[in-house]
This record gives sequence, structure tokens and C-alpha cells, in this order.
Amino acid sequence: MIKLEFPYTKEAVRTLKVGEMVLISGKLFTGRDAVHKKLHEGASCPVSLKNQIIYHCGPVILEDKFSKTYSVMAAGPTTSIREEPYQGDIIRDHGLVGIIGKGGMGPKTLKACQDYGCVYFHAVGGAAQVLAEKIVSVDNVFWKELGPPEAIWELTVKEFPVVVTMDAHGNSLHKEVEEKSREILNRYLKEL
Amino acid sequence: MPIKKKSSVTTVKKNTSKVLQQSLLELIRVASTVLPEDVQRVILKALKKEEKNTTAEYALKIIKANIELAKKKSQPLCQDTGTVLFYVGHPVGFSQTIFTKACHNAIKEATAKGYLRQNSVDSLTGESQPDNLGPGHPSIHFHEHASKNLSISLMLKGGGCENVSAQYSLPYTPLGAGRDLEGVFKVVLDSLVAAQGKGCGPGVLGICIGGDRAHGHTEAKHQLLRFLDDKNPNPVLAKLEKRIVDSANTLKIGPMGFGGNTTLLGCKVTHLNRLPASFFVSISYMCWAFRRQGVELGSDFSIKKWIY
Repeated sequence: MIKLEFPYTKEAVRTLKVGEMVLISGKLFTGRDAVHKKLHEGASCPVSLKNQIIYHCGPVILEDKFSKTYSVMAAGPTTSIREEPYQGDIIRDHGLVGIIGKGGMGPKTLKACQDYGCVYFHAVGGAAQVLAEKIVSVDNVFWKELGPPEAIWELTVKEFPVVVTMDAHGNSLHKEVEEKSREILNRYLKEL
Repeated sequence: MPIKKKSSVTTVKKNTSKVLQQSLLELIRVASTVLPEDVQRVILKALKKEEKNTTAEYALKIIKANIELAKKKSQPLCQDTGTVLFYVGHPVGFSQTIFTKACHNAIKEATAKGYLRQNSVDSLTGESQPDNLGPGHPSIHFHEHASKNLSISLMLKGGGCENVSAQYSLPYTPLGAGRDLEGVFKVVLDSLVAAQGKGCGPGVLGICIGGDRAHGHTEAKHQLLRFLDDKNPNPVLAKLEKRIVDSANTLKIGPMGFGGNTTLLGCKVTHLNRLPASFFVSISYMCWAFRRQGVELGSDFSIKKWIY
């Protein structure tokens, strides 16, 4: 198990390889469909994402209206591929060093990871409780008007378990598995 | 002027409506937080089938830990509590209107308690509706049956797996898929290769051969109400179900698309008649977090039996 600790650096993520299991401790910012679209359209980000990690996640968060504190009830990853049109440019323009999500991303993001020093970390889809337990605190929320699943939640995590599936050197586990499965499918199609 | 007394019938209606709402709330809570036993069994079998120290085994171990934690904390298995789908089998003379109202109230309460996420977005404005209701939300299917009992099944189907569901029109020339069971087999496998790990596999497929586009999708989803270890009464479809699962696992897509031995946990197929001109194959992909539960309610609307 590799430990990746805040503050994150491009140098640290460049050492990571596809298949490695990592435990992330430090800051994460959630961001999904609405955030990616807004940033891509040029909206000014309310918080700096330089050397930060974005987590594709729409958590279930309950607010205690009296103490104005938040509790995370569930926080697993959402499917990342929907952000593929935007992710590479956002990595370039905002200096992200990590993306956490599920299902992987495409060639544009893979290239941006290589060009700018960023890694895609896969969290286990649906593991909303295991992952919520690793969230130590909800420190802030931005763009709250987008609704809880779509807002930017600033979180502190401890030993958040992920697997590197796209590294900063052009390697992608998703590409490998897809190519192999397509080969097997083609064999079926030829036989029938 | 005589004082109008509150009708005792109205009071009874209100009280039973409250009991109905509480039973529905409990059904939602259990569906969201406890994985049904038939699904748990196949996931544990899949964990044993993965090679030690692979990312596939690691993913299934985390899934196993998540199942236990969600039940212990009574918190959602997955943060995407999905489309809320009710299937209500009711006796003659039952009021669908009263049920729908109680159902809506139960959903509002479940959302306030965190059993459901705010998952209802206005497609025109992008606004999230805080009470989790709105056009199409929830989805309630009613059917009248001869029995005097009220039988309610609930499925919570997340967006990730919904997005990798598919509908093919046969013949489908890119795959050389004709209008026969071989063609069905080809498009089903193709849909799995397209899905990879994006539907949070290893998943379960509900499939409908035939119907129009809408009915095909509805019946494909309806197949997901079947117990995973049941047997299709149609021997041709039973054979097809087994063939699809066995062949899917040879694709080696594995849990989360990490590569591995289990790509599909199960497959349930039905068929509908079709127009001569149409031949649809509708495929509903359900993720490993297969949230499906059901209750039978007594005449007082309290829970008498759990179905799954």
C-alpha cells in the first residue's frame, strides 16, 4: 500500500504506476457534472484547485441547521467518463494532480495526465459507507446552490483507499481490459 | 348551526395512511441499506472465485466490507440511491391515489433522514428538487390481483448502471446479429463490452426480447425483481440465461472493470410479442449494489412479511 499525503505534488503522482493501491490522506474536493461544465465554460473557481485532487462524487450529506455542520452519510464515486469532454482542459487550467472516480476516463484525459502530471485513481463503486468512514471532516462547501450532489465539498480524508488505473505515463488499465474483452467478443462473433 | 363533527371515517383513513407511510419508509430504509440475501450469496461466491492479491479480489473485499457497514449503520449502501421504482400488487377496490400520497410522504421523510439522496433534477432548469419528487419521480407500477393482500416491491436503481443499459434493434449489422436467439446473445455480450466497469459490476442483467421500445425497457427492469437463484420456467430462456452469464465471465472484464473472473452475477430474460417490423432487445444493467426489497402488508397496512 502506497501512502499519498497532503500537500500533493506532481513529482509524487508521477512516481505512481497503474495497478498500485494507494491510501490518500489530506484534502479532496468533490466535483461532478455541473462543476465540470461550469469550469469548462470559464466560470471562476471559488477555490484554488492547484495541486489538489478532485473527487467525482455526489455525496449524501445532511446539514445540522443549528450548528451549521455537515455529516456525510454516503460518499462513493460517480462514473467519471461523463466528465471526459472537460477533464483534460481542467487539469491543464487548474493544476489538478489527481482525479478520483470510477469506470476510468478516455484518451484526452490520459494525455493530459501525461502532459501535466496527474493520475486517475479508481475508488470502488458503490462502497459509499467504507469511503464515507475515511472522511474525517467536511471543511467547506462552494456552489451550494447547485444542490448537495453537485456542489464542491471540501473534505479531509484519512487513508482513502484507491487504485491507480491511469498513470502519468500514458498507461491505462481500462484501455487494456477493454481491448482484451473486445478481442474475446470478436472471437464469439466469428464463431457464430 | 350544527357543529360539523370530524368524520370517524376520515380519522381512520388518516391513521391507516400514517401506518402505510411508516411501512413504506421502513421498506425504503431497508432497501437502501441492506443488500438482499440472494445478492449477498452470489457476491461472496464471486469473491472466492477471484485470484488472491489481485485488484479484482481487493474490490470485492471492499464491497463485502461495505455491505456489512451499511447494514450496521443503517446508511445507504451506495450514495446514488437512484430511481425509486415501486411495484404494487393490490386487490380490487384499492385506492392508488391514497397509496401515491403516502408514498410521496414516505419519500420526503426518507430523503430528510438520508436514506435517499436528493436525486430529482429538473431536466430543463438543472435545479435539484429538495423533496426528491417531481415528474416521473417516483415511478409506481400498479397491478390489480385476485389476492386480498397488498404486495409492494421496491427497487432503487442507480444512474451509473442505468447509463450502461441498452436497447438494440435486430437485425444489428455491425455485429452480424440477426433476428434470432444468436442475435440476442451477440448484442447482449456487446452491451457488456461497451459497459466495461462503468455500471459498477459485477452486475445482473434484466433482458426483454420483443415488445415496443417502452414496454421492452419496462419489462427488462421488471425481470430484476426475480430471485437470483430462481429458474426460468421457459427452458429455452433458462438455457440462454446460463449461456449469457458463462460467456460474459469469459470476457474477463471483472469487478469494476479491473479485469477478473466475475463480470456478471446473473441474467434474467423474458419475452413479449412484437410487431413484425420490430425486434428489440432491451437490456437493463443492474449494479452489484442491487437494492431490491419487498413487503406484504396486512389490512391495517402494517408489515406482515418481507419478500427478499
